[in-house]
Amino acid sequence: MHYVLDFADLRQYFALFVRGAALTIALTAVSTVIGVAIGALCAAAREEGSNALRFFAGLYVELFRNTPFIVQLFFIFFGLPSVGVHIDETSAAIIAMSLNLGAYATEIIRAGMRAVPRGLSEAGLSLAMTRGQILRHVILPQAFAKVFPALASQIVIVMLGSAVVSQISVPDLSYAANFVQSRTFRAFESYLIVTALYLVLAIALRRVLMRAARRLFRGMVKGGAR
Amino acid sequence: MIEFSIADMLRGLILAGRWTLALSAIAFVCGGLVALLLLVIRVGRVQWAARAVALYIEVFQGTPLLMQLFLVFFGLPLLGLEVSPWVAAAVCLTLYTSAYLTEIWRGCVDAIPHGQWEASSSLAMRYGEQLRHVILPQALRIAIAPTVGFSVQVVKSTALASIIGFNELTKTGTMLTNATFQPFTVYGLVALLYFAACYPLSLWARHLERKLHAAN
Repeated sequence: MHYVLDFADLRQYFALFVRGAALTIALTAVSTVIGVAIGALCAAAREEGSNALRFFAGLYVELFRNTPFIVQLFFIFFGLPSVGVHIDETSAAIIAMSLNLGAYATEIIRAGMRAVPRGLSEAGLSLAMTRGQILRHVILPQAFAKVFPALASQIVIVMLGSAVVSQISVPDLSYAANFVQSRTFRAFESYLIVTALYLVLAIALRRVLMRAARRLFRGMVKGGAR
Repeated sequence: MIEFSIADMLRGLILAGRWTLALSAIAFVCGGLVALLLLVIRVGRVQWAARAVALYIEVFQGTPLLMQLFLVFFGLPLLGLEVSPWVAAAVCLTLYTSAYLTEIWRGCVDAIPHGQWEASSSLAMRYGEQLRHVILPQALRIAIAPTVGFSVQVVKSTALASIIGFNELTKTGTMLTNATFQPFTVYGLVALLYFAACYPLSLWARHLERKLHAAN
């Protein structure tokens, strides 16, 4: 059997692909901000918190790291309404992505915190800084600078994983692929185009994050953040 | 609406969970074999072939698994191969796993000091002999912990096979939800079953990592 790829029918859906990509980017941006904030808080809780805080932060991290993202998404979108918490699909996607990234970010940031030399927090103490101040002004910025490449990889993974939010009808990039293939019957071509778009997004996102890191953490670590 | 007790649900989900485990095992074993082959090319001296493997890894790590699944599911029939969701999922997850494992193992090979290559080549060993007798045995020790860690990723990835209609744990959860209208309980149980499969692997990986650090 011989199959000829034909992209002609897909041209009219250009705007749809662009809108889908824009939503994927927006979801990723919002979840990155919330997820990294959750990660920083939970990392601080796991390293410096009381026993109860350590336990709950640890439970959250292990639960989210050892279950599939799609199950987390379904639990939040389909499960929570049956106990009275109603969320629209876009919010459900953002919550699931943020919590998922937050769990991985916790462990990444924690590894960074452990790599900050003890002398630095002792120096902070000798300047009469409180533990909270030391954490915020000394340890966390250094930790971020150290682990930024790992964090950037995780953000890209979350962006790619977000393709499944189309399963709860969020009109993201993968949703555009499903929509277009159902209209044109050109399944392989639509998925091929959208897969290529994701690849471009992933490469671009990594570049943007690394450039931002070079600015944010200039001179913070020896040799600078890569 | 059908009445199901939690025990009924759990029984159904555990039965479906066997398919999740079977798919994970196939993806991990076949993916590992493909990865071993790709690794030999990736760290080899044939530049263009090494670059082709690097591109393969970049594509699989830079695109969503869901899109890969759809491409395989819709693409294989275009080549004249009618495939079931089961075959499509197995093929796709094997490719996906092989890309990640190749990259993980390459990191382990890179961690072997360069002198080992030079020493073995000064003993007139050929490339295959160097890998088999000198490099891989040492890289294997470093590779065990991250490989076990990655197996968690493989188990979780199989959940996406539900979307192309493969009847594993997540898909069964969705069907049970449709029958019982109890998504909170059903997806809660589904999550717990994945956790039960993955958490021991995570703990094992962490244990191996600690042991390795202590040994060094």
